[in-house]
Amino acid sequence: MDFGYSINQSSKIDMDRASGDIAAQVLRYEPSFAVCIGCGACMATCSAGRFTPFNLRRLQLMVMRGQTDSVHAEAEKCMLCGKCRLICPRGINTRNVLLAIHHFTAPAPTLDIR
Amino acid sequence: MRQRFIYDPFVLPFMAGFVFIIIYLVAGIISAIRELPCEDRKKLGKSIFSRKIFVSAREIFMECLIHRRIFRRNRMLGFMHMSIAFGWFLLIVLGHIEVRLYCPERVNLPYFPIFFRYFMMETDSTLKGSLLFFLMDAALLMVLTGIGLALYKRINSRLMGMRRTTKLKLGDRIAMYTLWAVFPLRLLAESFTSGISGGSFLTRGFGLVFESFVSNEALIRPAWWAYSVALGTFFLAMPVSRYMHIPAEMLLIVLRNAGIKSKKTNAGYGNIELYSCSRCGICIDACQMSAAARLDRKTTVYFMRMLRRQEGDIEAAARQCLMCGRCVQACPVGIDSCRLKQNVRRSESFFSPVQYRYFPPTETIRTDVLYFAGCMTHLTPGIGKAMQTIFGRAGVNYRMMDEGGGICCGRPLMLSGQEKSAAIMIEKNTDIILQSNAELLVASCPVCYKIFNEEYSLPIPVMHHTQYIEQLIDRGAVTVGHTGLSAVYHDPCDLGRNSGVYNPPRQVLRQVANLMDTSHERGEGLCCGGSVGNAVLTGDQRRKIARDALYKLTGEKPDILVTACPLCKKTFAGAGLQQVEDIAQVVVKAME
Repeated sequence: MDFGYSINQSSKIDMDRASGDIAAQVLRYEPSFAVCIGCGACMATCSAGRFTPFNLRRLQLMVMRGQTDSVHAEAEKCMLCGKCRLICPRGINTRNVLLAIHHFTAPAPTLDIR
Repeated sequence: MRQRFIYDPFVLPFMAGFVFIIIYLVAGIISAIRELPCEDRKKLGKSIFSRKIFVSAREIFMECLIHRRIFRRNRMLGFMHMSIAFGWFLLIVLGHIEVRLYCPERVNLPYFPIFFRYFMMETDSTLKGSLLFFLMDAALLMVLTGIGLALYKRINSRLMGMRRTTKLKLGDRIAMYTLWAVFPLRLLAESFTSGISGGSFLTRGFGLVFESFVSNEALIRPAWWAYSVALGTFFLAMPVSRYMHIPAEMLLIVLRNAGIKSKKTNAGYGNIELYSCSRCGICIDACQMSAAARLDRKTTVYFMRMLRRQEGDIEAAARQCLMCGRCVQACPVGIDSCRLKQNVRRSESFFSPVQYRYFPPTETIRTDVLYFAGCMTHLTPGIGKAMQTIFGRAGVNYRMMDEGGGICCGRPLMLSGQEKSAAIMIEKNTDIILQSNAELLVASCPVCYKIFNEEYSLPIPVMHHTQYIEQLIDRGAVTVGHTGLSAVYHDPCDLGRNSGVYNPPRQVLRQVANLMDTSHERGEGLCCGGSVGNAVLTGDQRRKIARDALYKLTGEKPDILVTACPLCKKTFAGAGLQQVEDIAQVVVKAME
């Protein structure tokens, strides 16, 4: 029977490559990032997500795991429309989280965020 | 009248300050005008030799001297500003008249009218002389009244309708205290001298009082010295203080009347706006981030100061703003501070637009009326459904531009400074609109409506659904009954203040419900706190703003709070128990 989804491939996190630095920076800049429970409401409502597999929940997961290689380019798919902020059951300032993720994963940070 | 002296060393501090400020102002005006783009300079040149200069002169009189806009906000506050500005102006003008009448050979000495009563003495009292003395004393009394009120405002600003006032920095304080000192010192100096030079009710009266317990003669020169030092210090401190608004506002008025507008950069006009800010602090109370979320220090006045002095985290300050436009509405100088903030935000565009390659190819929708629901309407689908019902009832050939979710209008990106990325969305959406051959674009979200109007160059008219519904009802395409509900209308920022659409929603609502008045409507409308203009405000702060706005709007206990913005609706719905509906939904109810 096809349920439309399948079991994920198992993956292991390479702790030598994973770094918590970016998560720490994002958390300091936007503390509400900490309370994310990964419910996925943001991806369900996402305007960009309708056209492309852009997914804020996944970005959050990748940042928290320290697997931030592809995160920067991924974050730029956001249209910043702000629906996810209104829908978030945890009241996370999602737009600012996204801007922070984008900024702190940039090869050369362009913006001076304190 | 007889001349006693022509010069005294005490004029030196005044003259130093005076010469300095004149050179500074001339240089400043030249550099400000040079910063303007060529076409603006031409406009300015043309306006100076046209009728516009009289319009400017009148406005300068009404705003810089009488302070009409401040009067409208609060009478006491207006009176305070007028007393100081107009009183001081009268002192200067009357002083010059005195010199022209009694010693025309001294008109080339700038200090002569300022220290007139020291240099001249009344030998025989004439009617003309006593009238001028009386007028001078009356003007001085006017200024002193204003300064008395200004002092009292430091203790109790609520008397003048201000809950919060600006926290001033050193330069401002020095200039302000010396300005306050100038006029009492003038009173002292003229009173001490009044036995020799004569005076009127104020100076002669005080002179007689002082005579009874001090030796006036001995105090004459120290008092004139003090007066001169205070004036000189004020002029020296002026460039680093808020009092630059006095000359800058006059220049701003001339430029504005010449048809010069703020641009996509803060050079030129924007810089003059910065200097025109008097830091009066009226924007602090107007700002809901300050009134409801206690972010007093994040208000426009402090942003303007940071930008002018180029200190602190200017970008962060520009981001911490809802862009609701309440401060622009309240500003007595008419500074478009939202534009200044947007220009600072724009300077740091960092999204690379190539990432939007995922947009699907444009599918052709052929229709008469194109309906753009907008992201936020998809989050509050009741509004979209109501609009579809209305379209259906009116028998309009319409199609949704963003069925099931579309490409964002680009305004949220633009408000975050990502103009290049926003341009991609503008291009894509324009493409869809042009291919549709539609005659009209209807938007449900004021955020989209504003950008469609301002940044898209569309060949077809754009309407917000409130305007469209009004038109449908007027045309008889839709007939509505009365719901019998009492309603308060909330003006969404981007529809009301920022786009000037105030009447259509009210026209519609009056037909379908009992529209109640509030003190927060039209230009004074509140922001719901949900604005996409601010990415840094925390959820908690937003909730405070929303609750406060909801509380202020629903004081009269209406059955429904009606708005015309999906974002306001969603924000208010989460802030309390009040039933909130979009105007389209109310109209659908009234159609049944």
